[in-house]
Amino acid sequence: PVQNNRSNTGKRIEKILVANRGEIACRIMRTAKRLGLRTVAVYSDADSHSLHVKSADESVRIGPPPARSSYLNASSIIEAAIRTGAQAIHPGYGFLSESAEFAQLCEDEGFTFIGPPASAIRDMGDKSASKRIMGAAGVPLVPGYHGHEQDVDLMKSEADKIGYPILIKPTHGGGGKGMRIVQGPGEFVDSFLGAQREAAASFGVDTILLEKYITRPRHIEVQVFGDKHGNILHLYERDCSVQRRHQKIIEEAPAPNVSNDFRSHVGQAAVSAAKAVGYHSAGTVEFIVDTSSGQFYFMEMNTRLQVEHPVTEMIIGQDLVEWQINVANGEPLPMSQSQLPLSGHAFEARIYAENVPKGFLPATGVLHHYNPVPTSSTVRVETGVEEGDTVSMHYDPMIAKLVVWGENRSAALVKLKDSLSKFQVGGLPTNINFLSRLANHQAFQAGEVETHFIEHFRDDLFSDQVAAQPYNAAKLSASMVAACICEKGHRALKERPPGGLSVWYAHPPFRVHHCARRTMELEWVNEYDNIGSKLLTLSITYQPDGSYLIETGESSSPGLEVKVAHLGDHDFRVQTDGASMDVSLAVYSKDRNEHIHIWRGPLHHHFKQKMGLELSNDDEIQHKPTFETASHPPGTVVAPMAGLVVKVLVKNGMKVEEGQPIVVLEAMKMEHVVKAPTAGFIHGLHVAAGQQVSDSSVLFYVKCIPWLVVSVSVVGAEFLLLADTALKVREMRDLAVPNLFVVS
Amino acid sequence: FSWLQNPINPLLLQTRRPFCLGVLPDSLDRSSDSFAQNSKAMDQIVSDLQSHIQKVMAGGGPEAVKRNKSRNKLLPRERIDHLIDPGSSFLELSQLAGHELYDEPLPSAGIITGIGSVHGRLCMFVANDPTVKGGTYYPITVKKHLRAQEIAAQCKLPCIYLVDSGGAFLPQQANVFPDKENFGRIFYNQAVMSAEGIPQIALVLGSCTAGGAYIPAMADESVMVKGNGTIFLAGPPLVKAATGEEVSAEDLGGATVHCKTSGVSDYFAQDELHGLAIGRNIIKNLHKAGNSGMINGLQNILSDYKEPLYDVKELRSIAPTDLKQPFDIRSVIARIVDGSEFDEFKKLYGTTLVTGFARIFGQPVGILGNNGILFNESALKGAHFIELCTQRNIPLVFLQNITGFMVGSKSEANGIAKSGAKMVMAVSCAKVPKITVMVGGSFGAGNYAMCGRAYSPDFLFFWPNARISVMGGAQAAGVLAQIEGGNKKKQGIQWTKEEEEKFKAKVVDAYDKESSAYYSTARLWDDGIIDPADTRKIIGLCISASANRPPEPTKYGVFRM
Repeated sequence: PVQNNRSNTGKRIEKILVANRGEIACRIMRTAKRLGLRTVAVYSDADSHSLHVKSADESVRIGPPPARSSYLNASSIIEAAIRTGAQAIHPGYGFLSESAEFAQLCEDEGFTFIGPPASAIRDMGDKSASKRIMGAAGVPLVPGYHGHEQDVDLMKSEADKIGYPILIKPTHGGGGKGMRIVQGPGEFVDSFLGAQREAAASFGVDTILLEKYITRPRHIEVQVFGDKHGNILHLYERDCSVQRRHQKIIEEAPAPNVSNDFRSHVGQAAVSAAKAVGYHSAGTVEFIVDTSSGQFYFMEMNTRLQVEHPVTEMIIGQDLVEWQINVANGEPLPMSQSQLPLSGHAFEARIYAENVPKGFLPATGVLHHYNPVPTSSTVRVETGVEEGDTVSMHYDPMIAKLVVWGENRSAALVKLKDSLSKFQVGGLPTNINFLSRLANHQAFQAGEVETHFIEHFRDDLFSDQVAAQPYNAAKLSASMVAACICEKGHRALKERPPGGLSVWYAHPPFRVHHCARRTMELEWVNEYDNIGSKLLTLSITYQPDGSYLIETGESSSPGLEVKVAHLGDHDFRVQTDGASMDVSLAVYSKDRNEHIHIWRGPLHHHFKQKMGLELSNDDEIQHKPTFETASHPPGTVVAPMAGLVVKVLVKNGMKVEEGQPIVVLEAMKMEHVVKAPTAGFIHGLHVAAGQQVSDSSVLFYVKCIPWLVVSVSVVGAEFLLLADTALKVREMRDLAVPNLFVVS
Repeated sequence: FSWLQNPINPLLLQTRRPFCLGVLPDSLDRSSDSFAQNSKAMDQIVSDLQSHIQKVMAGGGPEAVKRNKSRNKLLPRERIDHLIDPGSSFLELSQLAGHELYDEPLPSAGIITGIGSVHGRLCMFVANDPTVKGGTYYPITVKKHLRAQEIAAQCKLPCIYLVDSGGAFLPQQANVFPDKENFGRIFYNQAVMSAEGIPQIALVLGSCTAGGAYIPAMADESVMVKGNGTIFLAGPPLVKAATGEEVSAEDLGGATVHCKTSGVSDYFAQDELHGLAIGRNIIKNLHKAGNSGMINGLQNILSDYKEPLYDVKELRSIAPTDLKQPFDIRSVIARIVDGSEFDEFKKLYGTTLVTGFARIFGQPVGILGNNGILFNESALKGAHFIELCTQRNIPLVFLQNITGFMVGSKSEANGIAKSGAKMVMAVSCAKVPKITVMVGGSFGAGNYAMCGRAYSPDFLFFWPNARISVMGGAQAAGVLAQIEGGNKKKQGIQWTKEEEEKFKAKVVDAYDKESSAYYSTARLWDDGIIDPADTRKIIGLCISASANRPPEPTKYGVFRM
């Protein structure tokens, strides 16, 4: 290694380079600034105007948007640190945070790596090695058999030792192939032999391992902290059981429904784990807890500051980033285990840009409206974005972390629910509504959390509980939206009457012997149930007293009289039926639609309004009915998310079966297979592997063709039609097959 | 709800307000019998008016409205609502034109006219009502169309024609087609206005047949809606009869033909809403067309004005339904001018005519209101005041409640005719915007001096209680009975007292009917009957609309001295 002249042993860190982006970069810089340290941001081209760059004292471009060319590019980061004269590098989480090579490189180049020693990262990074080390250190592991000896009797006796139910798993392969859950000793032999056969057939290797099967697992993890003097503390546990797609969405500390005994046992186990690898700085030891027996087993150790570290900070009243910096400076931990307070309860909800009904697929887009809940000493919002920013497909789609604290779990939960209802995001789909439903679920309120929580309560969570009748609630919101928009329009007209004609823009607008009326068409973007979007036609009558009479044109609902006061900016006070409430509105345009969001109480509704028809194309040929433009013709398949096309499995004109995979997309860390919705013929498929597609862009069409198509060259005449006419001609044209005979 | 914008509490303002010279006092005795009687009578009159209005607002009736909707067409007032700026006002004119005029009802004369703002530009709208007799033109329809064009020409307002009409109503062709102020005048006006730079825009939203075809053809720019809009000189039946050619309406004169091939129309609209949106765009792109010179003839408009101190609704209780009852016109002025501030001119002289300066929605006005019979002095004062306003380019508002000029030997000897002539000369020649409101009686030469219809006020409105005739019914009966009595005497016929009374009653009845506001408005002798409570708003809108033109210097003829 190069002789480093930047080595500053004994000298305190004065400038930190944060090798990360988004909220964690902002969060680290905040603490650094409070401590009087200077900060350096690194950014990719996609982030040149992002909040973490604005938050830093200095910033350095490190490459193009893809993470492997920027945030994962260790040498550019080191170069940036050299250029800016930083003494230390904080990796945040993700990216290079758990790269032993990077940690080593930092140390080799003479920079302090604010994190654990590279050796600990390496030890814990190898899953089987880490289990070996833990086993040796006496940390409980999930009971199992991993031996080479595969004799069926031996396996049976090992299984009996472990206890049932048991999981039989081929050592090679994956995807659930060959996996068996055995409930009792009687079933073991058959299942084992079956699994062996299947493994041999699928993977060519028939070695099997056994593990105790945990029916109702919980995910509990312990925050540990060590200094360079061999002291290691545990900072109590967090429960991160509530997950979707194996990612946590709500975390809490301390874990609900656990005894103090359990707490100190699991804490001790975590400390032992950390000690076994000579750990310092922040780390997390993850355990799987069998809820039926109360036993916990080591899963893995995360050798970094985790996303959910704020819940721990909230209950112990400490700043873990500050601790990390102090430890990196060689200072001892500020307190001992017995001095460590445990106060109250904290929740963290991760707010993602994602499409919940489409299986939590990540979403991308512009944050046209972003107004997080106001923060206080008990409500924290960790965010790396601002209104107008783009959530791109290059990085994690997390928008913010909402962290709340209360005297106890139920007090914290009340605050969580309230804060979620006030967290306003418009422009892209988010999981806020879903988080609300989670937080409001009875089982969650009771602390009955476990890893399969979302699957268990799928029916409750995916239909709405807050609004018993989502459509009626949406209609009421639409009425309020209509009144607020009129009121806002009036305000604007009053301030700047067009043409200076203030007398023509009085409120209410004047009509001779009648009241002015206005109609508004709002398309409700239904996020509550699966009845789909609905078009609401509202008739607004300007009443002489300045209020609005809003009718939805449905005979069942009488007109609603709404009074509105504009409180400024997004906020309105709305009065209906003698009760008044404050609502917030966000309005922005996107895709030739005006989008309007309303937040009222716990409800959030999203509406679309066609933008001025002035924009519409007056080409006769391209005529489309006004409200069908949004929906595609039947058989159209659109991209479920923005992503990269990995594979295209068929060609245009090919016959496919229902459910047949057509295109494979990759977005974020996952692949998604786009399948044929019906049997038929593929056409209009123009995407190719390596191509980037945007959310909801048309990928291909599947046409069912119930009649025979014979390809014949016809000169002069386009088609001879024996089948019934025009519609099919159009379909044929869409197929782009030239010169066809169509025979019924 | 204190958080909502409250109207200013007049009492509060009054006590807080420092003593101000021009503020009119609250002279209304709300506990008097006449107040109660007037209120009651006027309530009845206004509710009658409302029921007449409701009928015409329904257009040609539910069946026709349904049929219209099934063709994806909006009603004419809805069309206008889509054209004007959202949340802006619309001044509809002569809603009751055609009222009880023909054997069959003709709601709003089958055509909706009025003024509204598009992208901040005031426009005159002329919209056929296809639910009323297929939008065909009766004589009164033509008259209403022409009146709208007259206002547009006078105020230099771009015209938007929303065409959906079967053309002239053939059974009435003799009263629709041949004369000067008949159908042909519509196109004459379009040509002349276009020449003056006043934009003429036609939106063809329905059929536009025969003569009507010239409305889009004569327009500066026209829009056609696919499917619904058709333009042809002769429809398919007539074409077949004339040439034997069989052709559909769409192929004969649909939007595609006229936008693609014939060039009769300029913009192709997919549907009605699209067509209306294109219409708005056309206005947006007018830039300064027709607005040469000053954009606004009025300067010094205050954007920050005060509401009157007294409730405008009380105007309903002020106007007596018995026109013999005098009332102080100042109590009307106090309810229509900003802050009830009225700086009276020559207050002590010719007191039967009240003149003075005020503002309405921040716009300066000179007001002339009758407080009794016009005498020599009042007429001279009126002429003087009009001269002042024309010099200063201040719009004039006439509040008519006039039984006429003073008659009698003394008056004649004093030259009442000469004084009256001076005022009539001043009114006739005044080039400033003029707005007349009939708040009570409008009789005899008083009508002339106070800017009656013949004096081309920019706008003229009736309160529902107002009456108009050459003289009062009783006086006319008296005069006619004397003449008739004389004739009979010559013929040696004895006329009994009974017969004479019967004769007089007949005259009175006829006068009564013909002098009513409804009789007037049905024939378009005015621009509409208005609720007294709307007077301030309507005058405000009218002044704004009529001030759309550059100021013109006034030149008077020879004043007889």
